[in-house]
Amino acid sequence: MHEVSISYRPERRAPVQALRDVSLQAQEHELLAVVGPSGCGKTTLLELLCGLREPDSGTIDCPPAALMPQRDLLLPWLSALDNAALALRLAHMPKAQARARASRVFAELGLDGFERARPYELSGGMRQRVAFVRTLLSGKQVLCLDEPFGALDAITRTEMQNWLVQALRSEPRMVVLVTHDVEEAVVLADRVAVLSPRPGHVLETAEVGLPRPRRRTDAPVVALREQILQTLGLDEAAAHEGVERA
Amino acid sequence: MNKSEGKLLRVLLPAMVLVALIGIWEIYVDSGGVSQFVLPAPHAVATALWNNSALLWSNFKTTAIEVVLGIALALASGFGAAVAMHFSTTLRRALYPLAIGSQAVPFAVLAPTLVFWWGFGIFPKLVIVAVICFFPVLVTTLDALWSVDPDQLKLLKTLDASRWQAFRVAEAPAALPAAISGAKIALAVAVIAAFIAETSTGATVGSATGLGWEIVNDITALQTAREYAAVVVLMVFAVACFYTLALAERRLAPWAHQSRGEVR
Repeated sequence: MHEVSISYRPERRAPVQALRDVSLQAQEHELLAVVGPSGCGKTTLLELLCGLREPDSGTIDCPPAALMPQRDLLLPWLSALDNAALALRLAHMPKAQARARASRVFAELGLDGFERARPYELSGGMRQRVAFVRTLLSGKQVLCLDEPFGALDAITRTEMQNWLVQALRSEPRMVVLVTHDVEEAVVLADRVAVLSPRPGHVLETAEVGLPRPRRRTDAPVVALREQILQTLGLDEAAAHEGVERA
Repeated sequence: MNKSEGKLLRVLLPAMVLVALIGIWEIYVDSGGVSQFVLPAPHAVATALWNNSALLWSNFKTTAIEVVLGIALALASGFGAAVAMHFSTTLRRALYPLAIGSQAVPFAVLAPTLVFWWGFGIFPKLVIVAVICFFPVLVTTLDALWSVDPDQLKLLKTLDASRWQAFRVAEAPAALPAAISGAKIALAVAVIAAFIAETSTGATVGSATGLGWEIVNDITALQTAREYAAVVVLMVFAVACFYTLALAERRLAPWAHQSRGEVR
C-alpha cells in the first residue's frame, strides 16, 4: 500500500482520520507485524487490505486477502471441521471433498481428533486454531490476522505463537499480523511496522532478521523490543530510571 | 441432585401446585361459597369431562387443527416476512407499522368480511389465528436477523460469500431459534385466538364446531361444568403445544442450548 489515508465520517460529528499516508510493503511468505497503540487504525488497515473499505487517497496493490478477526467468530451450528472448511463450501466445493481437504490440514497442524467438536466445546486456543485454518483454507495469498491471540491468557498465547510459526512453516503465506503486543511482533515477524497514535502513520519499519525459533528472553529480541517501545515513546528503562531517581 | 431425581421433580412440582389449587377450589365451592352454576367444583368438571368425552374430543379436533395450522402458517409467514424486511429497508419501512397496527384490530370487526370471502369453513379461522400469531414471530425473527454480528458478515465477505450465502450460513441459522421462540410466545395467544375466531366467524360446517363454540353455547345453556371441562382441554393442549415447540427448537437448534440441559 502506498500513501494510504482514510477517515471515518460519523454522523453529526467531525470526521476522524484513522490513517495518514501509510506506506507498507511485504514480500511473498513474509510475516509483517503492525504494532501501535490502540485506536491507531490497525484494524482499519486490515479492512483496507481485505477490500472491505476503500481508501480516501493512495493506492493499495494487494493480492486477495482473508481476515482472521480477534474473536474467532466460528459458527456455533457447524462442527470445527465444517467451520474450517467454510471458504471451500462457499466456493461450491462438494461437502465430502471440502471436509477431506480440511481434515488433511487438521492432521498436518495437530488438530486431528477435534474435527467433530462444536465450537462451544473447544477452548479459546483451539477455537483460534480452527479460525486460523478457516483463514488458511480460503486460498487467499495474504492472511490478515487481527490481534489473533489478544483475548487469550499468557500461557495459551505463547503456545499459540509457537503453533503459528509451525503452521506457517508447513503452509507458507504472506501474513500481516496486527497486534499491540510488541514482544509478540518481535518474536513472530520478519519485519515490524510501528504505527503512531491516531491518525496512524508509520514511525519506523524494523527488520527483525533473527533466526527462529526465537524466545522472548533472547537478548536481541529484548533489545529490538526496547527499541520499538522507544519509538512509541514508551521507554521502559527510562521509566524505571525515573522511578529510581524519584 | 442426580438426573432422574431432577426429572421427577420437574413433573412433581407442577403437579403439587395443581393439586393444591384444585384442593382449595374444591373446598371453596363445597363450602357453599359460590353457586355451582357460577363456578363448578373440580369434581363436577371431572365428571363432565368424562361424560362428554366424545363431544369434547370431536370439538377439540377442530380447534386443534385451527391452532396447529394457524401457528404453522404464522411461523412460515412471519419468518418469510422478517427475511424480506431484513433484506429490504423499503419493505420494512412500508410494512412494519402495518404489521403492528394489525395487532390492534378486534377480529369481530373483520369477521363478516372473512366469512364473505371464504365462507363458514376452517380457512377464515386459520387466517385469524395466523394473523394474531404472526406478529411475535415477525418481531423475534427480525431482531435476531438484525443482531447477527457485523464482524461475522465482514468475515464472510473476505471469504467471498455472496449476500445470499451469508444469509444461509450465518443469518438464517441465527434467526431460526428466535422464530420458534416467537411461536412459543404466540402460542400463549393462539388458543384464545382460535376461540375468538370460532365465535366471531360462525360455526364450522359440520357437527364439530370447535371448543370455542361449545364454551359459548354452554355459557348460555348454564352447562357450567362442561364449559370448564372444555377449558381444561384447551389448557392441556396449550401446554402440550408449548413443549412440542420447545422440543422442536432443541432438535433444530441444538447449539442454542449447549450449556443448559432443561427444555424451556
